[in-house]
Amino acid sequence: MSATSENRPQPPATSTGSATRVLDVRDLGKRYGATVAVDGVSFEVHRNEIVGLLGPNGAGKTTTINMILGVLEPSSGSIRIEDVELARERERALACTNFGAVYAPLPGNLTVYQNLRCFGLIYDVPQLGARIEGLLDQFQLRRFRDTKCGLLSSGEQTRVSLAKAVLNRPRLLLLDEPTASLDPATAQDIRALIRALAADGDTGILWTSHNMYEVEEVCDRVLFLSRGRILLEGDPKTLPREHGVDSLEALFIHLAREPLAAKEHAR
Amino acid sequence: MNLRRVGAIVLRQYYLMRGSPTRLVPLFAWVAIDIVLWGFLARYLSSVAPQGPNFTFTLLGAVLLWDFFTRIMHGVTTAFLEDVWSRNFLNLFATPLAVSEYVSGLVLTSIATSLIGLVVMLLLATTLFGFSFFAYGAMFVPFVVVLFLFGIALGIVASAMVLRLGPASEWLVWPIPALLSPFAAVFYPLSVLPEWMRWIAHLLPPSYVFEGMRALVAGQPFDVTALIWGIVLAAVQIAIAYWLFVRIYRSTVRSGLLARYSAESVA
Repeated sequence: MSATSENRPQPPATSTGSATRVLDVRDLGKRYGATVAVDGVSFEVHRNEIVGLLGPNGAGKTTTINMILGVLEPSSGSIRIEDVELARERERALACTNFGAVYAPLPGNLTVYQNLRCFGLIYDVPQLGARIEGLLDQFQLRRFRDTKCGLLSSGEQTRVSLAKAVLNRPRLLLLDEPTASLDPATAQDIRALIRALAADGDTGILWTSHNMYEVEEVCDRVLFLSRGRILLEGDPKTLPREHGVDSLEALFIHLAREPLAAKEHAR
Repeated sequence: MNLRRVGAIVLRQYYLMRGSPTRLVPLFAWVAIDIVLWGFLARYLSSVAPQGPNFTFTLLGAVLLWDFFTRIMHGVTTAFLEDVWSRNFLNLFATPLAVSEYVSGLVLTSIATSLIGLVVMLLLATTLFGFSFFAYGAMFVPFVVVLFLFGIALGIVASAMVLRLGPASEWLVWPIPALLSPFAAVFYPLSVLPEWMRWIAHLLPPSYVFEGMRALVAGQPFDVTALIWGIVLAAVQIAIAYWLFVRIYRSTVRSGLLARYSAESVA
């Protein structure tokens, strides 16, 4: 990963908050009538940090990510990206953000190059041609440059999505189950790429996954979400022992089945 | 407004058309069929009623102008539907792209595609039937401007409708011009319409164009004020259409419909 800082979108002058904080979510909530999807969630993501957002299906992970991406309006709370209030300055906040999700593949009727070019223009990427060529090599997409994305395998499409996700050298990268459809070898390569991105650049990453082995390997910190609330937060390597179980997967199952008991234990 | 982002929306449509002849053919195929069909009909009517009105300029001219309007409206909606068909909303609207930039991109695409149709139309009608829009003299320009503006307004409204009602509502888009044509008095004077239909016709800018066209061909006095009113009306309708699109976009962000537009289609 080679992420040169001079081509990144420059952060606005920081008036408040930590200099290393890229995402600041405060009391975030989303209601659909009487149904509460996300209930007063607060957390931060810092530079060079990968934060795992974990939880069972329907816990509110994707709803939270959609709100951070500006495609879903929160019912309450605030989201600040690089100290810019998303609700007030959507364009500035999203210029230094990007995402990759298994349920949002790039249009299959355009080639890899065409998709990257269109999204590069949307993100106003400087020296776009050179940036695309670099990403084609970095994500081993060179031979698929002129192939329509719809004709690629799941793993190849994931690599294209990730190339798009880092196109603008984002300060905040949101990855919703990025390795869900990949074989173990490809998933390992992708994890290494993302890990290098966080380590070498100024990027903070929010990552969702149901693969606890992967989370333990990749994430610096995890947040357990259940029924729209954060139940636990901590280091994925030490959290299981702290809660009397021997693996992150066992902790996940325990939390998914008995979230209230787990919450009491955490107190 | 960032012109690179507007350009990205146009470029995506260009790539789609360049890579797919099936997208190019409709730009002029229906126009060509209409010219042949109505051209011969006008020629036949002229032969059986040589003392009658100039059928080539009244009938064929009306068909071609109406086709031009239809192409503009469909140009906007087809560009929008490309993003519906490829489940691209999440990718697009999780970027710094503003709604105004997106809609501008759709409109510019429609200008380009409808101009292709217009050129083909002029070439065929002139070479096959000796018809030329330039026979309308300087009035040709405001005629085209009114139809152009109204086509854009209607295209934006139709896109907003699909955004609100979902992909299945696409079928409602295509017959809209046919539903309006009786009220727009494309082939007959407004005076033959009942009172209630005339009221609706007065709200449709094309009705001023076709009234004007018939007056010109018949050598009757032509009310320029009415045509100016038609232009003003169409411009106001574009503003209303854009307001409607923004309002519906915001409601889909609030309700979660925009985020689910992609996720639902994957399930």
